[in-house]
Amino acid sequence: MMHTEFIVVEGDFANAGKASSEIKKTLKQLNIDNQKIKKIVVAVYEAEVNAIAHAYGGTIFVDLDEEKICVLIKDKGPGIPDIARAMEKGYSTASAKVREMGFGAGMGLPNIKNNVDELDIQSEVGVGTEIKMIVNFNS
Amino acid sequence: MKITDIVKILDAQVIVGREDMDYSIDHGFASDLMSDVLTLEEEHLILITGLCNNQTIRTAEMANISVILFVRNKQVSEDMIELALENDIIILSCKYSMFRTVGLLYENGLVPVY
Repeated sequence: MMHTEFIVVEGDFANAGKASSEIKKTLKQLNIDNQKIKKIVVAVYEAEVNAIAHAYGGTIFVDLDEEKICVLIKDKGPGIPDIARAMEKGYSTASAKVREMGFGAGMGLPNIKNNVDELDIQSEVGVGTEIKMIVNFNS
Repeated sequence: MKITDIVKILDAQVIVGREDMDYSIDHGFASDLMSDVLTLEEEHLILITGLCNNQTIRTAEMANISVILFVRNKQVSEDMIELALENDIIILSCKYSMFRTVGLLYENGLVPVY
């Protein structure tokens, strides 16, 4: 069992992807299947960009064992008022700055969903959002 | 299609990967939207884009994309070069528009992902 944490800073686009990159390196060292690694890091990267773009910063918690990886992204708000809507392809509240970065087209959450085995999103407006994703290595 | 052919066809510059001129790729994908790039199952392709920032390199890293070609004469920053070197990503740059670039590469045999 391995536990790692990464801090995500609001608006810190220069470092967006750093956590995903570290996770990728770790999974490669553990000889996890390349296709699995890609699924995991694409999902985490989208979530990392979301946390930087939409939230007031947060923390990424990674728990890893022989069977699966569990990634929890916990941010400090503002929260998602309508999760079902946010899951729709093309629905976006992204700023111009986020769009300049090549994101913000309403694809992030659907992309995450497509790449993970389990996804749970809890959000409270004014408090924050928690996105938990699990990818099984042997499925 | 080899890097050396792409450079010739587009009068492109090699920003990172001068020692990889014989590296060969079959498929290309053109997009300025990184989320679309992240939906691809295909790997080791050339990403043709006008989006020139750290996120372009990070996206290539996550999606196992081995070559990035910047169109419209974009300037690649030192940070981006460093990230590309770290991740063994070849970076090319050309002055042509996206339309002209993909047209020329298609005409010369580069295959679309879909």
